[in-house]
Amino acid sequence: MKKVIMGNHALSWGAQLGRAQVIAAYPITPQTQVVELLSEMCANKTLDAKFIKVESEHSAMAACIAASIAGARTFTATSSQGLTLMHELLHWASGGRNPVVMGNINRAMAPGWSIWTDQNDSLSQRDTGWIQFYCSSNQEVVDTVIQAFRVSEAVMIPSMVILDAFALSHTYEVVDIPDQEKVDAFLPPFNPPIRLTPTAPHAFGGLTSPEHYFELRYKLQKDMEKVPDLVEQTGREYEKMFGRYLGQVEDYRCEDAELIFVTSGTAGYTARVGVDQLRQEGVKAGNLRIKMFRPFPFAKVREILTKAGKVAVVDRNISYGHHGVFYQEVKSALYGRDHNVPLFGYITGLGGRDITPEIYKEIAQLTLAKDKPEEDITWIGVKR
Amino acid sequence: MKKEKTMKLSLPTEELMGSGHLACQGCAATLAMRYVLKALGQKTALCIPACCWSVIDGPFPHSSLGVPIFHCAFETAASSASGLKAGLEMVGDMETTVVAWAGDGGTFDIGIQALSGAAERNDDIIYICYDNEAYMNTGIQRSSATPYGAWTTTTPVKHFKNRPKKDIDAIMAAHRIPYQATANTSYPEDLFKKAKKAKEIKGTRFLHIYTPCPTGWKSRPEDTVKLGRMAVQNCIFPLYEVENGEKYTLNIKPREKKPVNDYFRLQGRFRHLKEEHLKFIQAEVDHSWERLLKLAEPK
Repeated sequence: MKKVIMGNHALSWGAQLGRAQVIAAYPITPQTQVVELLSEMCANKTLDAKFIKVESEHSAMAACIAASIAGARTFTATSSQGLTLMHELLHWASGGRNPVVMGNINRAMAPGWSIWTDQNDSLSQRDTGWIQFYCSSNQEVVDTVIQAFRVSEAVMIPSMVILDAFALSHTYEVVDIPDQEKVDAFLPPFNPPIRLTPTAPHAFGGLTSPEHYFELRYKLQKDMEKVPDLVEQTGREYEKMFGRYLGQVEDYRCEDAELIFVTSGTAGYTARVGVDQLRQEGVKAGNLRIKMFRPFPFAKVREILTKAGKVAVVDRNISYGHHGVFYQEVKSALYGRDHNVPLFGYITGLGGRDITPEIYKEIAQLTLAKDKPEEDITWIGVKR
Repeated sequence: MKKEKTMKLSLPTEELMGSGHLACQGCAATLAMRYVLKALGQKTALCIPACCWSVIDGPFPHSSLGVPIFHCAFETAASSASGLKAGLEMVGDMETTVVAWAGDGGTFDIGIQALSGAAERNDDIIYICYDNEAYMNTGIQRSSATPYGAWTTTTPVKHFKNRPKKDIDAIMAAHRIPYQATANTSYPEDLFKKAKKAKEIKGTRFLHIYTPCPTGWKSRPEDTVKLGRMAVQNCIFPLYEVENGEKYTLNIKPREKKPVNDYFRLQGRFRHLKEEHLKFIQAEVDHSWERLLKLAEPK
């Protein structure tokens, strides 16, 4: 069934098709339509779930975690200030191995108040032990939520499905809504090996001495390391059933590229337009959009970027006192490998300033004009 | 022939709490758990945030309780319990009583937002606060449940707590939840009865249990039960129930209301108080008691 829906509703549709059983959420601009539609879905009984209308994002995540421990499939959605209020609980979800799936709308952090997009909210949750998927279309949002349940529950690690404020959250696109029966075949009910029940009483998350803690964290990392292959495998399976492949990265015209952009989110979609325009002008450009940021798709990134002439990483975020976050990550992925690819780091579009095809042309000009980068951050479009 | 003497036990003999816990000597919080579980039975699940009980239960992989526990984040006892109840029901378990079991810090202070949220939604949970009147697990720091005049490590004797204990019961009554009660481990039958009653009611139920703490109060472990009885007899911690935020029932009305002085003398945390402070405290206790009597008057 094809429908014209907004990005936020794509999250709600993903949660309904995935048969989320407990939803706990709190409203925040620009996420509100996610919870509005979910409320309707629950009220109309098209979704058989309990929706706990909590008094904060902190409680939203706490309720989801506890429901997940009971063996229920759980979903929530938030953005920016709400996500960072949850920060403590994000560790709780991953450390407790609770496969909660959450939508996050990328919105710049206050102060000053901003409701427009950048990635600093979710990227500052980088080390919380969550799988992170960045989406660039509403179709991808629906498909990714369904896949996120499957991947998360297989490794018992929570997932974040991320989309840009307004550029995607409020943009209407045609989406092919998958058939419920087919989704049910792809995604069986959540059936965790251990759950909280009085019939087999256990204490979850109790005081853990140095004798055991280390091993619990080792196991979390080892299971995180399984995720890239799992995403490939479930992505191929999804493709067979639904005709759309979901992977760790999307490479566009990279095979013969002298310049590859590294992008994410909707900026990664715009990059394809930039690449096409550059190709028309004779520049062999390509685009590597990173869809899965955690765990980092090392193998894919190395395979594609080491064949490039030059790489320009475009960050809509910044780690203050360091560089753009994707730039850091790509650098670390390529470090010590046998290649001679110069890496250029660009920061642009903070706080929702538009990233247009022209920006990619500017970045291409700057990158092609130099043999090597002279600085780690080149600011694009900043007023100085 | 010798006649055998028998005594009728007022509480069930079944135990859901083992002896291998890690509490201090004379800890009333252990009594509270033991009596409450006797009332609620094995089909109970606990959400325990950071508090003495997150240690008392025992470290991973041990637990001294025969019911499942989710050790949750400090400020999430209520929201975790709401989530757990919803999750259990969605997987087909409609029976289990879900309990948030938190200390006074986790209830009066850091957890009050989540508690207020759950109470306003009337989520089907029992919230139990065992109140030892300070952050005892972290080493006796003042909370908003610490009474006027008390020494703690963050209210040294030269600057003792100069504000009264927060009236959490009035706050809960303002939420108009179906059932709430104060209770005391020195009155186990009353506590048992209230926990049983709470179990049979749907919606948010709140039990506020007074639990003396020899470590933090600088009292003798053998005085724990005595202190609990004194706090009821001198009306510092009256035992009462409130239904729907309106119907107050006073459970114990002392025949002769005792002065507060003896209670204060048994606790090192009040040793620095002068006669004038005790007079002030007595006046405050009298005032609160009168107010409660009015609320509990038959209408």
